[in-house]
Amino acid sequence: MAFRDGPFENLKVPLAWTAAVMVVGGIVAAIMLLLADRPPPSVDDLQPAQAAFDTAAGTTGGVLAAPVRWTGDAVDFVKGYFFAVSENRRLRRELAEMSAWRDDALALKNLNARYEQLLGLQTEPPIEMTAGRAITDARGPFARSRLLNVGAAKGVRVGNPVLSEHGLVGRIAGAAGGYSRMVLLTDVASRIPVMVERTDARAMLTGDGSRSPRLDYVRGQGSVQDGDRILTSGDGGGFPRGLPVGVVAKGVDGSWRVKLYSDRTAIDYVRVLLFQDFGQLADQNALNAPPLSSLKTAPPPTAAQAAAIQDVATRRAAAVKAAADRVRAANAAPPPVPTATPLEAATQPAAPAAGTPDGGRE
Amino acid sequence: MQWIGYPALIAAAVTILFAIPLRLFGLTLPEPVWPMVLAFAWPLIRPSMLAPVVLFGLGLFLDFFWGGKAGMWALNLLLIYGAILLASKYLAGQATIVLFALYVASTGLAFAVAYFVTRGSLGNAPNLLAIMGQMIPTLLLFPLAGWLIERFDDADVRFR
Repeated sequence: MAFRDGPFENLKVPLAWTAAVMVVGGIVAAIMLLLADRPPPSVDDLQPAQAAFDTAAGTTGGVLAAPVRWTGDAVDFVKGYFFAVSENRRLRRELAEMSAWRDDALALKNLNARYEQLLGLQTEPPIEMTAGRAITDARGPFARSRLLNVGAAKGVRVGNPVLSEHGLVGRIAGAAGGYSRMVLLTDVASRIPVMVERTDARAMLTGDGSRSPRLDYVRGQGSVQDGDRILTSGDGGGFPRGLPVGVVAKGVDGSWRVKLYSDRTAIDYVRVLLFQDFGQLADQNALNAPPLSSLKTAPPPTAAQAAAIQDVATRRAAAVKAAADRVRAANAAPPPVPTATPLEAATQPAAPAAGTPDGGRE
Repeated sequence: MQWIGYPALIAAAVTILFAIPLRLFGLTLPEPVWPMVLAFAWPLIRPSMLAPVVLFGLGLFLDFFWGGKAGMWALNLLLIYGAILLASKYLAGQATIVLFALYVASTGLAFAVAYFVTRGSLGNAPNLLAIMGQMIPTLLLFPLAGWLIERFDDADVRFR
């Protein structure tokens, strides 16, 4: 019997109502997803769904971005051909300026090395890095991130700083096998401890979805002014100290903002610093272990050792018992009567201690 | 499939296409919320059980693709769909300017919800100028919504 011939023949479900039920169910599911969206327990892992999605999107984005990259290379080639003369002049001028800076830098480097040697400073070790390319680019106000074509397979981990040829770009927020997601400095969730190079004043670089992130919690009066260079401070151990970030400028809303160096050109090729922050370096299990848990107990004694130990223990117990018996006997005996004259007593050696007739020797 | 499946696939594809890191003369591509067109147009075409499910999937796609909070755009799109569904009975046959005003209002609602969700979850408010930078391109997609409604709305009263 067909469904329409049955008792439900005249049953009609209003489409608007069923659609409304689906909408309500979807809204409830979305709210639950929002509430459940927490960082994963292990900082090195993306949420599995996000990792799978990034891998798929990375493959697609890589294919789509390839023609754009080729076009950019072609445009650069043509521009290089037509603007070779002006570019040559500019580079010569820049080289002349840089020569003086190079001499200063070499002198300062030498002086700095001597100071470090004198003070016995432990400088930061060189940091390994791996190069990659941005595949997709989210530029919205609620999320600013990029997908990179290097991932955990090349040692990329959550928290690694990412640099372009001009300066700091962001940090790794999640790494799958061949791809990783980088949160830009301009993302609304980004917070980077920085310092003003001129005054050494500390501040927090806070992204808000605009192109120039905000400087918050600036310490000190008048410690920031237009044109100051901003570097990473290294506070908290999340970033190495001294990575170039940008230049200070006053925003239209009156707040201090930073024009990022990395915003000068398109972020295409990037370097991921395989920097281990303090949290990654510390062995959490060792830190949380009881204080003496690393000490090992001695192995059990052999039969011969056990017999010797037992023998020594028996002898010691017998000696202690004998000494105690002598003390008791000495205490029970009457005290000696002094018969010598005071002059004789003064010339005689001192009497042995009470209770130890043999002078306390055993 | 014609009025739900293909437009949904096109919206996802165009979102991926516009996420290419292309920069010409210092300018990047805009990043409108393409599925907003569907969330507005589908309830005006006719109610459907499939449309909210597809919108939920598109919202999750946006969240994962842009690296935002999972569920935020799914919530926004379904809120818009639900609001327009409630009012669809009164909106049938209205002038385009009325529909555009409604599109502006619904887009504003979606971005307001996204603003408060982001502010509440991260403790940091997104920049309003940056929000306008995504909202205006989204509003410019209204002709697509109008075309979709005209193309597939059959004005069948049984769907009201």
